[in-house]
Amino acid sequence: MTKVGAPLIHVENLCKSFEDGEVLKNVSIDIREGDLVSVIGPSGCGKSTFLRCLNCMEYLDSGNITIAGVTVSRTGTEEHLDRPFLEACAQMRKNVGMVFQSVNLFPHKTVLDNVMLAPLVVKKESPDQARENALRLLAKVGLKDFAARYPATLSGGQAQRASIARALAMNPKVMLYDEPTSALDPELVNEVLQVMKDLDAEGMTQIIVTHHMRFARNASDYIVFMDGGEIVEKDDGDVLFTTPKNERTREFLRHFTEEVA
Amino acid sequence: MAHKRHRSASPEGWKVAGRTSRALFPLLALILALCLVPGIPESAAAEKPALKWGGDTEGGAPFMFADPADPNILIGFEVEIVERIADYLGMRAEFVQNGWDNLIPGLQRHLYDISINGLEITPEHKQEVNFSIPYYRTFLQLSVRRDEKGITSLEDCTDKVVGTLKQSYAYFTLVDAGVKDIRTYEDEINAYTDLQNGRLDATLFDAPIAIYYAGFNPEIKFVGGPIGEMEYGIALRKEDTELLRKINEAVVHLRDSGELRRVYDRWNLWSPVMADLFQDFSPAKEAPSRFQEWAEHQKPEFTLTLRLKRYAGFLPILGRAAVVTMEVSLAAMALAIVLGLVLAMARIFGPSPVSRLAVLYIEFIRGTPVLIQLFFIFYGLPHIGIKLSPFVAGVLGLGLNYAAYEAENYRAGLLSVPRLQMEGALALGMSRWEALRHVVLPQAIRVSLPPVTNDFISLLKDSSLVSVITMVDLTKAYGQLATTYYDYFGTGILVAIIYLLLGFPFVRLARWTERRMAVAVHGGATPGGTGRNGKYSLGRKPASY
Repeated sequence: MTKVGAPLIHVENLCKSFEDGEVLKNVSIDIREGDLVSVIGPSGCGKSTFLRCLNCMEYLDSGNITIAGVTVSRTGTEEHLDRPFLEACAQMRKNVGMVFQSVNLFPHKTVLDNVMLAPLVVKKESPDQARENALRLLAKVGLKDFAARYPATLSGGQAQRASIARALAMNPKVMLYDEPTSALDPELVNEVLQVMKDLDAEGMTQIIVTHHMRFARNASDYIVFMDGGEIVEKDDGDVLFTTPKNERTREFLRHFTEEVA
Repeated sequence: MAHKRHRSASPEGWKVAGRTSRALFPLLALILALCLVPGIPESAAAEKPALKWGGDTEGGAPFMFADPADPNILIGFEVEIVERIADYLGMRAEFVQNGWDNLIPGLQRHLYDISINGLEITPEHKQEVNFSIPYYRTFLQLSVRRDEKGITSLEDCTDKVVGTLKQSYAYFTLVDAGVKDIRTYEDEINAYTDLQNGRLDATLFDAPIAIYYAGFNPEIKFVGGPIGEMEYGIALRKEDTELLRKINEAVVHLRDSGELRRVYDRWNLWSPVMADLFQDFSPAKEAPSRFQEWAEHQKPEFTLTLRLKRYAGFLPILGRAAVVTMEVSLAAMALAIVLGLVLAMARIFGPSPVSRLAVLYIEFIRGTPVLIQLFFIFYGLPHIGIKLSPFVAGVLGLGLNYAAYEAENYRAGLLSVPRLQMEGALALGMSRWEALRHVVLPQAIRVSLPPVTNDFISLLKDSSLVSVITMVDLTKAYGQLATTYYDYFGTGILVAIIYLLLGFPFVRLARWTERRMAVAVHGGATPGGTGRNGKYSLGRKPASY
């Protein structure tokens, strides 16, 4: 918890609007290497959009984001999305892995091919190298025996773990998870969360948008509470859950007292 | 064989095309139609300049048709006339196939220099082309069933059902005569068949047709005298006045030397009106040998074995035609598949103007008949200096048309792939193109494949439209053989079987590919999209694309 040097993730005055309104209002945050950060908040608070902006799945309207030395910045929506900007976004995506709420493994490929595809296509790895790496990662998420299976034959938890392996195959510096367990049956949630804990132990920097409060409290280095497009409060799990400073945080956490107690 | 007899009887006959080249004749025509080779060089004939002449072999007897004794050989009284004219001019007659309706446009498109195929010298025609002096004069002949008592002239027909060729002189004669129920046909055979089986009360046709399609039929009789009068001439382009002069000279020579008279005698086509035209009132000089050969082949008491033997004889002709059908279809489909993909991608992923252009193309092409598109490409584009061979025009016409349909098939496939698939690929650092290529397209193809295969089967059949731009495909060959042998039934079954056989491998191939590709998807592996726009939508693309 006491790491030195510049933060791995630096977000400054991030703003984003959609047709139906402002979603992110001047969001700023620094995240250090190795941190496991949970982002919580009511639905529509902008937490998913925040995550999607980090790896440029959505282009920010204004502000700047720096992750592992790559900076994406924009002064406003009137600014043309020029080539350097798009190239920075592409680089950002290579550095940042993302796992989505609903499983989006490629159904026409085996689990192994799913994991191998991006290294082959994007990093031009040799097939042998990609396969070796993919098998190692599948073993790590406990899917060594499922390499030859097609996604349709996996359980939700297995599929989500395969998705994590797929993202890891690109050697990302940061992993983002957009509610990775909310589409899963309850008994499958833990196997996915366990993978994140293991990665945390290896020093991976991870940001998780989640409704899973017990996990957020126990596993995260700290929790970010978002509401109305802003970061309202950011603190250690135990502190946030027991003595939230802000009224909105208190209001939100009231729904979860039973789960977290 | 009858021809050989006839050749020795008439020393001038068939000089232009020797025996070898006559056997090669339809093949030559086919190759010409394909425009793959400009012509077959032949030792003696090659030195003579070519007299390219256009006609429609489907026009039938006695004008020009496949010899029933050997369907590889083109015969007919007009074939003989044109050969003699070429001979007189020291030229080599070179046949170019074209649909009868398009003989005059084909002339203007320089597919050939003269056209001879029962073209009537009418004021309308004369506005577009020049005609030689008439080489034949004839009239309309009314035909009825043998037991018919009530019809003896055109006046008796006003309340009867009368059949004839569409848009013909006979048709307008019937209209003028006040006949209320006129049935029009593409083909004389079907009209006479309908007369025989009672669907029609009478038919009105050019006398040569009546003679050749009913003259030998005991169930049908001719009633009334000659009706109207029409003259056939050789059509030429307006500007070719020198060639017109030479052709006229040849016709006069052949008329005065009695050469034409002998042709008409052999074909049983001499009549009092011809005697008037040629001022030749002498008795017949030759027996109607060619007509009798024809009648011989029309006898219904054909055994099954003979019939099968005849069909076996069709196979080389149908085989060549099937090759044309297949070549055109495959090339057109290849074009459609590639261009369709480009169109679909442009429509879905292109920037707004490109996308709109793609939509415009698709809607325009789908909204207009492919036949018109083919005509436009083949006969219309030369007006702006773009002259395409029939094969290229056919492939372009069908390919550009089917591309619009394929584009929609691909689009359906692309839209069926959840947007999350694209997102997942992009999040892995793939470019949009890489994501399309490795993730979206392979899934889309699976959805698009069955309709694309269906389209290929239907393209195979639509390829029959290329016959309007002078190509002899399977359907055209069917028409030619059926008119020659008066046999739409057996020939039809044969041709249907060939079409089925041609399409079958592709049906199997599609099934096999579908099965192979379906391995992965056992009922909805991908949950529906949950993004802001659940799926790709036209005109509204998320920023990350």
